[in-house]
Amino acid sequence: MTVATLPSLSLGPVLYLWDGPKWRDFYFRIADEAPVAHVVIGETVCSKRLHFIEPHVGEVVERLERAGKSVSLASLALVTLERESQIVRALARDSAHPVEANDLSALGLLAGKPHSVGPLINVYNGATARLLASRGATSICLPPELPMASVREIVRDAPGVAFEIFAFGRVPLAISARCAHARSKGLVKDNCQFICGDDPDGLVVETLDRQPFLALNGVQTVSHTCQALIQELPELAAAGISRIRLSPQDCDMVSVARTFDDAIAGRSAPADAIARLQTAYPGASLSNGFHYAQQGAAWIAGHASA
Amino acid sequence: MELICPAGTPAAFREAVDAGADAVYCGFRDETNARNFPGLNFSRDELKAAIAYARQHGTMTFVAINTFMRAGREKLWHEAVDDAVRLGADAVILADFGLMAYTAERYPDQRLHVSVQASAANADAVNFLVETFRAKRVVLPRILTIPDIARLARQIRCEIEVFVFGGLCVMAEGRCSLSSYATGKSPNMNGVCSPASHVRYREDGRELVSELGDYTINRFPAGEAAGYPTLCKGRFNVADERGYAFEDPVSLDVMDHVDLLREAGVSALKIEGRQRGKAYVAEVVSVMRRALAANAADRPALISRLRLLSEGQRTTSGAYEKRWR
Repeated sequence: MTVATLPSLSLGPVLYLWDGPKWRDFYFRIADEAPVAHVVIGETVCSKRLHFIEPHVGEVVERLERAGKSVSLASLALVTLERESQIVRALARDSAHPVEANDLSALGLLAGKPHSVGPLINVYNGATARLLASRGATSICLPPELPMASVREIVRDAPGVAFEIFAFGRVPLAISARCAHARSKGLVKDNCQFICGDDPDGLVVETLDRQPFLALNGVQTVSHTCQALIQELPELAAAGISRIRLSPQDCDMVSVARTFDDAIAGRSAPADAIARLQTAYPGASLSNGFHYAQQGAAWIAGHASA
Repeated sequence: MELICPAGTPAAFREAVDAGADAVYCGFRDETNARNFPGLNFSRDELKAAIAYARQHGTMTFVAINTFMRAGREKLWHEAVDDAVRLGADAVILADFGLMAYTAERYPDQRLHVSVQASAANADAVNFLVETFRAKRVVLPRILTIPDIARLARQIRCEIEVFVFGGLCVMAEGRCSLSSYATGKSPNMNGVCSPASHVRYREDGRELVSELGDYTINRFPAGEAAGYPTLCKGRFNVADERGYAFEDPVSLDVMDHVDLLREAGVSALKIEGRQRGKAYVAEVVSVMRRALAANAADRPALISRLRLLSEGQRTTSGAYEKRWR
């Protein structure tokens, strides 16, 4: 049996609207304390939010790089306005850092340049991964809904690409032109008053029977549960996954990163790792159903794989 | 503008042709198409007969192969394209890049349309698909306003098709895993959304509760008509407010804006509803055909007749109008 190289940790972009100083300080602490190798920064959900983080991007990139992290800049997930197209064009053309493509326009504009592909691009098979690689994609974060059986096939079918798995965080499930978050407070997108900033971890959507189900994050809908692929790490490593993505929640992400780091290195048993995640993110319900080709909200204990 | 009409069965296909469709779109009876519902869709022989019937009447046939190829099972999708081409489809409607690459390489003369499921929502995205796969037409996601569409039309090098009537996705199409999160079955992988196999109704006191998987999607007091529990059109609690968090149970109707769509540069108008019966298809297609031909004075009467056919008789113009956001 060949020993696979251990995957490294990456930190995905903050999906929620955090105010500028909170966003900056989060990354400063990540730079100083978190054992992550790659950090993707930037607003992906809503172009109206960009001005909150823009003043701090330079200092955050510098601090992360000084700490030895590789930094990429994420593009917007939904691009419909001319202004948004111009933002993506400028990013693809001028960025001194690698760009993570999160919509088809970025994919098109980045052709011929090394870039990465984010989890909101539909890569469901090896043929698609190979096509993107031939155009310059060096790493691909696979869609969170993919079961392990597909992950294994894709990695086998597209050698030379570094594949990444969405292993921690509320799962981005949908994006809309309409802002359900603004709507929930009697507003509309064009006059939203940035009320999504009131909910830095998302605004919970419950069923009428008071069962927590989803969470609103501006125009994006995320899962109520926090995906946690941690007992699955050995299996993912054995399949040839290069990177494990942690998606920031409003919790102790340094502790989350340390927990994953210890679990990858075999320094902590799965049960301990799960207990540590629950301490780092109190009150979160964990899920891993997508990995097992079941409903994404499910939590499957143990090691059996689909 | 062409009128593009749905057919989930050979009978509905003939009705759509007879009612004056310029093109009818349909799919094979498996996971390769995004309306993979029990009892719907076409065998190879049925498609062959349907295409022959359409040809006799000067109608085109578009074959939707618009889910994403499951890794390791790509053959199912490849064969769907092979057979659609062999049987004479006037266009294949695709969403998966891997499948677009296969089609463009194997069948360079085959007309390729970009499915709404591909989520090509801006000029750079569309031009990427035109340049890479020689796509001839894009079906736009239902997230753009009419001015957005007009601006897009000036910047792209292919035709535009838009949905004007029928079911309405609230989320950007092809980028939604809500159904998969609740049921394990997704539009992208399985061609289903909020599948009937996971739907249950139960009575609770005087209320009828509709459920999808383990989740309550709606509760209907006595006297209120119970709708199908499509996840994004359910009633939920958000911060103690009870209501339709994403969208009311409405369907799309932008027939009032047909002239604006034409001026915007739209080539084809699409009717959603491959899951609908042949009577519905016949009625919607023939009324819409007449509405498109009618002058401004006669059109409103035809449009109100169409509205009676909509789910629950409530409609929206959705994202085509900015205030919907």
